[in-house]
Amino acid sequence: MATEPTGAEDAGVGLPQLDFSTFPNQIFWLLVTLVVIYLILSRVALPRIASVLAERQDTITNDIAAAEELKLKAEEAEAAYDKALADARAEAQRIIGEAKAEMQADLDLASQKADAEIAAQLAESEGKIAEIRDGAIAAIRDVSKDTAGEIVQALGASADAKAIEAAVAARIKG
Amino acid sequence: MADEAKEGGLSFHPMDQFIVEPLFGGDVIHWYTPTNVTLWMALTVLAIVALFVLGTRGRAIVPSRIQSVAELFYGLVHKMVEDVAGKDALKFFPYIFTLFLFIFFANFLGLIPTSFSTTSHIAVTAVMAIGVFLTVTIVGFVKNGAGFLSLFWVSSAPMAIRPVLAVIELISYFVRPLSHSVRLAGAMMAGHAVLKVFAGFAAIAVLSPLAIFGVVAIYGLEVLVAAIQAYVFTILTCVYLKDALHPHH
Repeated sequence: MATEPTGAEDAGVGLPQLDFSTFPNQIFWLLVTLVVIYLILSRVALPRIASVLAERQDTITNDIAAAEELKLKAEEAEAAYDKALADARAEAQRIIGEAKAEMQADLDLASQKADAEIAAQLAESEGKIAEIRDGAIAAIRDVSKDTAGEIVQALGASADAKAIEAAVAARIKG
Repeated sequence: MADEAKEGGLSFHPMDQFIVEPLFGGDVIHWYTPTNVTLWMALTVLAIVALFVLGTRGRAIVPSRIQSVAELFYGLVHKMVEDVAGKDALKFFPYIFTLFLFIFFANFLGLIPTSFSTTSHIAVTAVMAIGVFLTVTIVGFVKNGAGFLSLFWVSSAPMAIRPVLAVIELISYFVRPLSHSVRLAGAMMAGHAVLKVFAGFAAIAVLSPLAIFGVVAIYGLEVLVAAIQAYVFTILTCVYLKDALHPHH
């Protein structure tokens, strides 16, 4: 800073802060400065900043409201989707149930029919078997009668047919 | 203090930086003479204009960097006034903001080497402190009438010691402008003088590394002090204003 010329002054006056001769000057310029700053702030800067801050606040508030609305809409859509899904599930369940019942009914009908057919065939078969057995027994009796008659004749005796028949019948009953 | 240091080739003039000088030569300082005070106060105004007028020119919803700094200052002081002094003190916000910005920028401009720090002068800080004092006192009486005197009548204390407390409160009330102004001017002056002393020691080769380190360290401290003193002056203004608006403890 300044060196030589102020050195002597400094020694004489002491603290520059207590040099009262400069006070009016400082105070005058301070007041001018403060008034200028105040006017700049109150006329230009503060209204501008306040309006910007208010506008930003508005924008933020609006955006938040819009987001809230969209969120509600999304929730509604989700609820609708869930409902549609549940309906579809119920419908599918119902269709499956119906199909099952139908199939069961068909199955029952078919198995009844099959049972009836089987029973009929069984009865028929049993009838046939009985017939064959009766035929076989009659054939055995005839053969036995003929054979017995032949054997008796071959032994040289004659027997009448009635006696042989009675004897064979008694044997077969045996 | 300059004389004793002159021995050994050292020349210390730690107080020279505070001398008020006419800008354009001459010895006489009239109240209207443009001085270094004028220059540095004008620069303060320019800095404020740059930040708060040019910086906020865009009026952007999403602020530019400079605009967001301006908004930061605005928000800081606005919130301080509202929190400390109450919502009804907000009509004083432009005045308080003026004081804060002037002190803040004057303090920081004073940190530029070879600059002149206007806020290191008691004449400057005393005018501001007395302005605050008068404003607060007038507002107190206008708002509350004689009720403003209840500020000095501590109703929560026992009756016997209330007169004593009233005297103490009264004294402390009138000391306010003094402490308010001396705090700022003293802090600025002391810091700058210490910087200068350390810088003077740098002329001695052996000491110069230490001296330079000291200058850096004190400078860092002074950056803090510059901001803190502006903040303290402002918040005390808010506290005094709160007393004026709501004198009941």
